[in-house]
Amino acid sequence: MEQYLSLDEMVQPHRIHRKLYTEKEIFDQEMIKVFGGTWVYLAHESEIPKPNDFKTGYMGKRPVIIVRDNNGSFSAMFNRCTHRGATICREEKGNSKVFSCPYHGWTFKNTGELAGFPWPSGYSKDMDRSDLNLSHIRVDSYRGFIFGTLNREAPDLLTHLGPAAELMDQWLDRYDGKNIIVRNPNRMVYNGNWKLSYDNGADGYHVAFSHRSLLAVGQRLGENKDMTYFAQNPDNSEMTIQYLGNGHTFVDQRPNYKNVGDKWKQQRPQPGREILEEAIRNKFGEQADYLLDQAIGGQMNLCIFPNLLLIGNQIQVIQPVDVNRTELIWYSTQIEGLPEEINVLRLRSQEDFPSFGEPDDMTNFEECHFGLTIPEVEWVNIGRGYRIDGRQTIDEKGVIKGPVTDELPMRNYFQEWKRLMKTNLQLTAVSCN
Amino acid sequence: MKVMVESHVREETSRYSYYMDLNYYINLAQKIKAWGEETIKADRETVFEIKQFLYREARLLDEGKMEDWLQLFTKDCLYWTPVTPGGGDPTKEITISFDDRRRLEDRVYRLRTGYAWSQIPASRTIRSISNVEVWKENNSNLYRVRCNFMLNELRAGKMKLLSGWYGFLLTKENNDWKILVKQNNLLDSDQAHENLTLLL
Ligand code: FES
Ligand SMILES: [Fe+2]
Repeated sequence: MEQYLSLDEMVQPHRIHRKLYTEKEIFDQEMIKVFGGTWVYLAHESEIPKPNDFKTGYMGKRPVIIVRDNNGSFSAMFNRCTHRGATICREEKGNSKVFSCPYHGWTFKNTGELAGFPWPSGYSKDMDRSDLNLSHIRVDSYRGFIFGTLNREAPDLLTHLGPAAELMDQWLDRYDGKNIIVRNPNRMVYNGNWKLSYDNGADGYHVAFSHRSLLAVGQRLGENKDMTYFAQNPDNSEMTIQYLGNGHTFVDQRPNYKNVGDKWKQQRPQPGREILEEAIRNKFGEQADYLLDQAIGGQMNLCIFPNLLLIGNQIQVIQPVDVNRTELIWYSTQIEGLPEEINVLRLRSQEDFPSFGEPDDMTNFEECHFGLTIPEVEWVNIGRGYRIDGRQTIDEKGVIKGPVTDELPMRNYFQEWKRLMKTNLQLTAVSCN
Repeated sequence: MKVMVESHVREETSRYSYYMDLNYYINLAQKIKAWGEETIKADRETVFEIKQFLYREARLLDEGKMEDWLQLFTKDCLYWTPVTPGGGDPTKEITISFDDRRRLEDRVYRLRTGYAWSQIPASRTIRSISNVEVWKENNSNLYRVRCNFMLNELRAGKMKLLSGWYGFLLTKENNDWKILVKQNNLLDSDQAHENLTLLL
């Protein structure tokens, strides 16, 4: 048996050990301590808009149900019958006041309270029912994004998000107070560790190379479209890469889009682009550029550790399946009350990157994972920008900024990862009362 | 301010996209509703021709003749791979592909760049088409086709099987069959896919 290194040995300032990606035992610990010890994204409010709506999902590998109760507040419970363990809800979405377990018929209210079981005379009258309610996960939401944690001592969500909350505001405030509606997801899966996609969420280095085919498509009709600026001396651009604390990372491409209408102008052409643009210009005149920009992503990659990436106009969720397998769930979004042309253009724009960009990254994730299985080559180098005087700045909120190709997000978020992996908190869900 | 566009520009569908307005979606919804409708069966000869056409289409893809394959589509085509089984509403739902002529050409162009890492090595495929049914749309040069497919893919040493059904709207232009709409209904359309960069 190969000897394990300690977490401190495996996470060094400028390099990390390959086993963080390849070892099943580490993965199993992550699913408990990272996807349990910190705030984990569970669902968006607009997916369960009405009282008694529910959605099933995961917290790490744990099956969970997220419910909007009668009063409109949210809760999340383990999707596990307190009888002998079957999942009680097997639908992706629905509306119900009760869940009844298909195995022996125990029923639970959507508050988690045990409502009853068949032929109760088979149980003693003084049986303690208090631990037979469904276990609740601590939840909190910020602007429609519902998170859960099993760590009673974790700070409240807003504190945990820190500077990321302000960036979420900026991502959401492009619509003058109109609400975001989360639509159906496009799901992808790759054979590699989940952190390979979290690493990539704030990686301004790979674009010119991994996305070379996408950039070529952007030049097919003779103009330089979206993201080609990553191939032109990106370190000297005004773009930045940032570490926001608590594992959260950020790429800011907005400096490339200074004027109203620039986002629209730069986007690779979508189906129906010209005719829908014409309709918007005819109807809205001077307002048109401002509206057309809202069909295009915010040019922010905001990564909320460990599983939520706001990229383009999508809400991307990282769902670990196994140490070497990861699902990426790309929820599309529309905006309540925008002209239909804009909302349709949003969808057609959101189909561009998953078709022409993400597959090449996923291939590189798989090839990374494959390469990392070689026992004799131990280290992953994350040293770009490390120890170069004056290359990074830290502002008063503690946000670390650097040139867009720097690997400072990885160097920093792995410290948070290590902190979570080292703590021996009692992680708990509580039975409802 | 009314924007005026020369009509020849509107017809240059490789460069500009003028045919996919909101009405396009409404008409499409109407046509798609009819996938399962058993209206007028096409005559034997037409069915025979269309089967040959479908086999050729499948073979061109299996042989990697993507440019020849593009020629089978009309200038105002749609290449559609829904996430929602059977189609759903593309004005409210994301799809795996909802390509107009320009984006379909982009798709092929990307695969030809030599930098599409997800297709290096390229997928090797074998497609089988079966259960072909052909209906004629009332009083028009338009045929609705439904058929099943099995698509075996070998890439990077791994075999995969994709299956589902195609919905086609076909029309005859100067004696050649052309694809107006190709809808790729994967059996697992709403599930997670590994590397779905091959042409369906
Ligand atoms: S496992 Fe649920 S009722 Fe038995
Ligand atoms: Fe990327």
